[in-house]
Amino acid sequence: MSLANATRSELTKQFSTSMWWILALVLVVYVGSTAGGLAGFFGALATGAIPAGDANAPAIPEEVLPPLIYSLATAVGYIFPLLIGTLLVTGEFRHKTLTPTFLATPRRGVALTGKLLAGILMGAVYGAVAVVATVGPGAGILAALGIGTQLDDSDTWAMIGRIVIAFVLWVLVGVGVGTLVRNQVAAVVGVIAFTQFLEPILRTVAGFVDSVADAARFLPGAASDALVGASIYSSLNSATGDTVAPLEWWAGGLVLLAYGTVLLLLGYLFSWRRDVS
Amino acid sequence: MPEGHVLEFTGVTKRFGPVTAVDGFSARVEPGVVTGFLGPNGAGKTTSLRILLGLIAATEGTATIGGKRYAQLAHPLQTVGAALEASSFHPGRSAANHLTVYAHAAGIPAARVDDALGAVGLADVAGRKVGGFSLGMRQRLGLAYTLLGDPGVLVLDEPSNGLDPEGIKWMRGFLRELANQGRTVLVSSHLLAEIQQTAQSLLIIARGRLVFQGSLGELTAQDEYATVVDAPDRAALVTALTDAGLPFEQLRTGLAVRGAETTAVGAIAAAAGIALSTLQRRGPALEEVFLDLVNGVRVHESALAPPSGGPVAAPEAAEAEAGVAEEAAAVEPEEPAAESADEAGTTDAPDTDTDPDADEAGAPEAEESTEDAAEFGPPAPTWDADHPTTDADVEADRFFSQYDAPAGDAAPPADAETEPDAEPDTDADAEGGEQR
Repeated sequence: MSLANATRSELTKQFSTSMWWILALVLVVYVGSTAGGLAGFFGALATGAIPAGDANAPAIPEEVLPPLIYSLATAVGYIFPLLIGTLLVTGEFRHKTLTPTFLATPRRGVALTGKLLAGILMGAVYGAVAVVATVGPGAGILAALGIGTQLDDSDTWAMIGRIVIAFVLWVLVGVGVGTLVRNQVAAVVGVIAFTQFLEPILRTVAGFVDSVADAARFLPGAASDALVGASIYSSLNSATGDTVAPLEWWAGGLVLLAYGTVLLLLGYLFSWRRDVS
Repeated sequence: MPEGHVLEFTGVTKRFGPVTAVDGFSARVEPGVVTGFLGPNGAGKTTSLRILLGLIAATEGTATIGGKRYAQLAHPLQTVGAALEASSFHPGRSAANHLTVYAHAAGIPAARVDDALGAVGLADVAGRKVGGFSLGMRQRLGLAYTLLGDPGVLVLDEPSNGLDPEGIKWMRGFLRELANQGRTVLVSSHLLAEIQQTAQSLLIIARGRLVFQGSLGELTAQDEYATVVDAPDRAALVTALTDAGLPFEQLRTGLAVRGAETTAVGAIAAAAGIALSTLQRRGPALEEVFLDLVNGVRVHESALAPPSGGPVAAPEAAEAEAGVAEEAAAVEPEEPAAESADEAGTTDAPDTDTDPDADEAGAPEAEESTEDAAEFGPPAPTWDADHPTTDADVEADRFFSQYDAPAGDAAPPADAETEPDAEPDTDADAEGGEQR
């Protein structure tokens, strides 16, 4: 009962400030424009509207194009659920609202579980928003170029389901990061630095060095891509002759879940139970 | 009407690394009255309150609400309402939503949000973002949070901070009303003046230890008060008082009578047919008493015999002495120990000022006291900083300062003689001089 109350309270927190719709709006614009742009570019390349000789990019076969475009929701959009999860916790530290939160829900474990459940719901909602933002313009442009959208294919819908699952898992990782780091600025800067610079660099290096590639499959972003099953990174890598196969989709999901679980456990043990003053 | 609960601190100690913020703090807070929790900044008030509320884990000891720790309460917000700081808000959330968040968390019907906002006078700004609120409005919102669950216990940390005079007056009435309904109201403050008009009961904490527990009246001993009386025909008044066997001191502004109620003095004058121009009860300013307690210059029995048991008394007194006597470090350890044992023994004296060791520490203070117009305020219970100080006051202050000199100088001989009705107090030679 008190867990349901705590979850409801967390959801009220989420929807009573402007953060949720600002992030949703940026998410839609970001993944939507990326999906639309790349659908147009690769679609034109695949159909020959742009002669292959004019573009310094590998032509991607028509049949792998739709999943690649749709999966941009996570491939470039996963920073959003990660940030939402992080802010879900660091906001409490930043605005010193842990005091009223813990007064209303004195059992710290219940309070954190409430955040997790609320986070799962937020992840699903943002996942759905991201899917609409990528599949909408992506499928529209592909269709306009005469490429099959594959929306009648159950595999496509299974992938869309995995995208939503990936969003949920990323929120959990974010909650773990936020619980452990506490400082909002540090957490947000860290999350952006890792996802936008560190991991892309590591994965790029992994594309050239096989010994690194093996370990790089277990990076959170790579695991997320493996879970979804298609990604602009893996497609480009395989086009350039990547030899290391990504993780199975379920293994990728488990790796991502493991990141979230370990971070949450550490955060709970070393930060969440500390004195609030 | 929600039921008040007894709050009980039992040997609560909190150490932050090498710093001991709260040190063996034991106290009991009863329902039905406003209890003031006083102490200077950094004395351990907020830490104690946070321990009570389960936000900080005590290193030792327990703090309970109606016998339960906070985390064990089935419905915490419906049992205890607490406001600890005026900055616990997300600036982008409206006042009503802020409360709704916690109403949901505690399973409180959303209708209570409007009630709580109305009760603190924020109904008009319910939809406005807290970021635009003044400090006073935030304090009120903090108070609204405490009222959400209509709890029987209210714990407020410095609730008057940032309130305007009108707001402070409103807060006083509000807290008194809540206490009258039978609730437990614990209000912390670092200003006695602020709490003096609201609180019927006091806890005073200094350096993490309890130094006083009791009612406002118990803060000062009866014999620290005197009646200042004057008449146009002062000679007749002198005769009447002498006939009545009452000792008195001559002041420029009147006669100071000790050891008699103000009404008795008035009655004597009335019986002699003397028209009075002044009849006033005077005592040490509570603020001074408070500061003396906090600085360890004054030691109160309520702190020597905490509920947890006697053994604490001796070290406590020893500590107080160490705080006063500059040369304490130079003295062999046996001496203060022996003296503190003496002091602990004199618990029958309502107020044990410090021992002769304090001579040197006290001397400079005695000097100051003549300039310090606030040393003796106007008659209790109101302490008013803006009270204009007249010549008469200054003179009276100077007069009384000799009795209150925290130094406890060797008993002023003149005094001892003018006081024939020495109480049958066996410690009179050791203690009496300081008190009268």
